[in-house]
Amino acid sequence: MSWKVQNWYDQRIENIIARLLRAGVLAAALVVIGGAIPYLTARRLTRADYHSFHNEPAELKTVHGIFQSALSGAPRGIMQLGLLLLIATPVARVVFSVFAFAIEGDRRYVLLTMIVLAVLLYSLFGSFLMT
Amino acid sequence: MNVLEFTFLVWTGSLIAGFLGALTGLGGGVVLVPLLTIFFKVDLRYAIGASLVSVIATSSGSAAAYVEEGFSNIRLGMFLEIATTLGALLGAFLTAHVPLSVTAVIFGLVLIGSAYSSRRTRQRTEVTEVADPLATKLKLNGTFPDTSGIRHYNVYRVPAGFSVMFGAGALSGLLGIGSGALKVLAMDQAMKVPFKVSTTTSNFMIGVTAAASAGVYLSRGYIDPSLAMPVMLGVLIGSLLGTRVLVRTETRRLRLLFSGVIVLLGIEMLFKGLTGNL
Repeated sequence: MSWKVQNWYDQRIENIIARLLRAGVLAAALVVIGGAIPYLTARRLTRADYHSFHNEPAELKTVHGIFQSALSGAPRGIMQLGLLLLIATPVARVVFSVFAFAIEGDRRYVLLTMIVLAVLLYSLFGSFLMT
Repeated sequence: MNVLEFTFLVWTGSLIAGFLGALTGLGGGVVLVPLLTIFFKVDLRYAIGASLVSVIATSSGSAAAYVEEGFSNIRLGMFLEIATTLGALLGAFLTAHVPLSVTAVIFGLVLIGSAYSSRRTRQRTEVTEVADPLATKLKLNGTFPDTSGIRHYNVYRVPAGFSVMFGAGALSGLLGIGSGALKVLAMDQAMKVPFKVSTTTSNFMIGVTAAASAGVYLSRGYIDPSLAMPVMLGVLIGSLLGTRVLVRTETRRLRLLFSGVIVLLGIEMLFKGLTGNL
């Protein structure tokens, strides 16, 4: 591919990626706000205490647990789902890049991008094994 | 302080941090942790978790603004992300094994260092080395639009840049920051990538790097939704406002002031770490 075509292609890919990222952040922020409203309504007069670390309940620490907690309507679960969505946006970007490089026929970069993807997926789904 | 007051104050503080961070180009993430630990007495682990999440928000949220300029180098970014994500995984792993006081000391040093590096004027020596064959093989050399048309650039010292990126990832994972300054340093100084290309590519990489440690933070219970909520929403809105205002503001004095604040926070973190008062 000549550099001109390559540049045009890369630029188009980047524009799609940027839109994807912005949409992901917006969706995440809306879900977080969706959980924040019932949370603040119910707990507004409780004392805020983050001075000591007491870990998080198990259902807010795994992907599966967060979905269950959010679906049950728990305000903190919904906020955590929004944050999970936010964490997932860069992951989606990497997945998209794997396909973009594949369409372009750049096998070496498909492989390199899949290494990055593997690290991200390990962190999200397998890191509880690593303590 | 009740939850409503606390949430509102943290939101406001994060908004200001995000705004100043974007406006001065120093990044808001680096002041969030000291803000939360020093002024709101938040445990360092919760502060780092909330900060990391908001780093992803700003990186992804501002990507659109950067992409339109057409400077970033996708292949370079993706290749170096192997280093930053592996580093981030290591850094996140270390958070649970390094004493909190040590983390606070490292944080203080990073704050002071980042304020210092922003004051230093960039000096570029003319490149006389031969192009790195690895860069050619990995198609890292690129082009970017310039006032005089399309300019071509080569990428040098790929292994050195890759190693610094691993370090940047590790700091990001250990401290919950974007470590954008170090990423730019790796590309701009070590690999001789044009400055504009370095900053935009770095912004793209920050989100992916942070996502690599976010999973570990989540499973460790460092990400508390009630705390991360106001931090993330504040920083996101603040930084988006900051990038809007950026174009028509003289930021030299503001940069100086903000660097001063960062140094003071750095000294305070250092002090907290050394006295074990966490």
